[in-house]
Amino acid sequence: MNQIRFQTVQELKSYRLDLAKREKQKRRLVSLSAASCGRASGALEVAAALKESLEKNGLSDTVELRLTGCHGFCQFEPDVIIFPEKYFYPNVSPEKVSPIVEKTLIQDQIAEELSLAGENGQRILATIDDLPFYRKQVRWLLDKHLTLDPESLNSYLFHDGFKALEIILSGMATEKIIDELLSSRLRGRGGAGFLTGLKWRLARQARGDQKFLVCNGDEGDPGAYMDRGLLESNPFSVIEGMIIGGYAVEAGKGFIYIRQEYPLAIERVEEALKAARAAGLLGENILDSGFSFDLELVRGAGAFVSGEETALLASIEGRRAFPRQRPPYPVAQGLWDRPTVINNVETWANVPLIFCQGANWFSRVGTETSKGTKIFSLVGKVRYTGLVEVPLGITLKEVIEEVGGGSEPGKKIKAVQTGGPSGGCIPVSLFHLPLDYETLQQAGSIMGSGGMIVIDEDTCLVDLILYFLRFAAEESCGQCAPCRLGTKQMVRILEKIVQGEGQIEDLNLLEKIGRTMKEASLCGLGQTAANPVLSALRYFRPELESHILSKECPAKVCQNLIAYIIEKEKCQLCQLCLPNCPVEAIEENQEGYLEINQNLCTRCGVCFSVCPPEFSAIVKINRKELELPPDKRDE
Amino acid sequence: MKFQEVSVEEIEKIVKSLPADRRHLILFLHQVQQKFGYIPEAAVLSVSDYFSLTPAEVYGVVTFYSAFQQKAGCKHEVIICQGTACHVRGGEALKNEFWRLLKLGPGGEDPDKKVALRTVNCLGCCALAPVVVVDGQYQAKVDLNKVKMIVDQLEKN
Repeated sequence: MNQIRFQTVQELKSYRLDLAKREKQKRRLVSLSAASCGRASGALEVAAALKESLEKNGLSDTVELRLTGCHGFCQFEPDVIIFPEKYFYPNVSPEKVSPIVEKTLIQDQIAEELSLAGENGQRILATIDDLPFYRKQVRWLLDKHLTLDPESLNSYLFHDGFKALEIILSGMATEKIIDELLSSRLRGRGGAGFLTGLKWRLARQARGDQKFLVCNGDEGDPGAYMDRGLLESNPFSVIEGMIIGGYAVEAGKGFIYIRQEYPLAIERVEEALKAARAAGLLGENILDSGFSFDLELVRGAGAFVSGEETALLASIEGRRAFPRQRPPYPVAQGLWDRPTVINNVETWANVPLIFCQGANWFSRVGTETSKGTKIFSLVGKVRYTGLVEVPLGITLKEVIEEVGGGSEPGKKIKAVQTGGPSGGCIPVSLFHLPLDYETLQQAGSIMGSGGMIVIDEDTCLVDLILYFLRFAAEESCGQCAPCRLGTKQMVRILEKIVQGEGQIEDLNLLEKIGRTMKEASLCGLGQTAANPVLSALRYFRPELESHILSKECPAKVCQNLIAYIIEKEKCQLCQLCLPNCPVEAIEENQEGYLEINQNLCTRCGVCFSVCPPEFSAIVKINRKELELPPDKRDE
Repeated sequence: MKFQEVSVEEIEKIVKSLPADRRHLILFLHQVQQKFGYIPEAAVLSVSDYFSLTPAEVYGVVTFYSAFQQKAGCKHEVIICQGTACHVRGGEALKNEFWRLLKLGPGGEDPDKKVALRTVNCLGCCALAPVVVVDGQYQAKVDLNKVKMIVDQLEKN
């Protein structure tokens, strides 16, 4: 693609400014979301259909089809946004291509029947500006994903790409760069929230014959994909941020560590690195500034603990991802014992923005202690799921109710889980709290990297914390006893509770183990692994107690405590469940109705899922209602 | 999923393509696994020689990371995402159903060596939960009916 090799800052600048004039703007832009989620939902088939239709209708000269990264509204993948009007078409399939082309691209109208319907059949939500999901956000980083071609350096340049680097290299002293970053008050987006500028300053002051930068893209929190979104949709922004970082702390080399579960992100970053190198933006004497810097991609290998910064260093060095004691911190002794700055993907992506717009511009949004925006992956039992970017300090309620559209129809939201396996559940009664680092911590959770999983009345808290503890036990590296044994013992106790064999003293024991792990574990994984349990004890003790005292699961999730029954008033005798039951537990009784034999039933749930939704004759109830004891069989 | 037969020459070729610095060990293991579907003993021995490590150190790395398999792969691979969003949307039930329909033994071993059932912590496609990857193809919003369709399809091939 980009053939040019920039020799000087001036050359880059005039090329970038020229781009807008030289690139013949087509009348319309059709932007198709084609990141991992989009592709999993058929974006590439839609792209082929669009291309064919544009050619067939002779529109190729006036309409540009662009495969972008993630548009963020994951719920409606793959979606198409048509510029300049910003018409939004959700869940586009190859069959919908022809009406879209016909109506919008040829007749200049909205294809209303394909747009999103508003509340209660009100007017349609034709453009993204009509959608509350987008309207409530402040999308400093994510907005570019709507129009940027992640595989093209030109496209990045067109979106003010490398403008920040131009500013830096046009004579900004390194001390000044760090001052500027400090005054923006940008804090690490990986979760801990350390001031990025301060980290850079410490690394700059540290002595070492070599210094390194690391981009932590080992986004291991289950339920979080902010970094994947950024890396797949705008890989150059992270690269630019790191070049600036390298210049400021005088590092010659950096590593971008990406977890192997993200193949498309790996591919995109690899390609972007090649393009940046070919353009002279990485390598020796970048833009004749005398500064040499290169980046290397490192692929993870599936270990959650590698996201811990000292473990990440071990992994880059080709060893097991074992965390080590801190201090010394990586800024003093990191990769191969040299000073190393480790920042999260989103932190790096914010850097060019700050230098383009200025620290004052950046810090006008947010709270006293938490500045700028933060990306969250809003998922779980919420109406609109997606990748959202909101100003720090916004309340949980605003994010969940207004951006996320509240609960799924007919359901009641119970809590939101933030911070993944290191965080906790915040109950609905605290949704008025503002989102910032300190508040979330006081509420017993953490900001974390940005996972936000909404849970409703159908989610069992005990089951959820058991899930997180199993995860932590599985991923514990096993070096220190509090984490290795603590997670295992907590899993055992929680397993007892979901099986209906818990005792009330177990709750105190859980608390005691949790506190010990917090105090005594070696690294962040162990110190925070008990958070899900501790926060559940704080806010959801009654739910835990009902599993123990009355052997009931209020959400009807814990398999040993529930039963499936067929409500004869609703059953239409379609008999769909009958052949699908793997253990032949469904029988016809003397009255001619279908009935589940509780002695045979293994509660696999197949009958429940095959029963047509218009009948919903099969329901879950607590075994207690049938006066049955907990069933101890495994399934 | 097509994998090559393990050959010492191929392994040597991969080893020699990397600088003799242990930091490339994980990259080497990725390339071996991509080629053969698992990490054969010959690869461990060869790379430990090249990087001047003991085979035990290399095995330490192989067994630490869940990406690396030590047994030959199956014809098909089904990966079930175990992320939080998938979990709250019933991912666990999908695993049990695959297990049952594929008649897998303890440890998820397929007696016919046809389908390897694996889990992964989170694929980060949470809005499509629950997600299953069948031979590299992402399947969104999978339910128990879809599991049956997937298994039927796999058994035909």
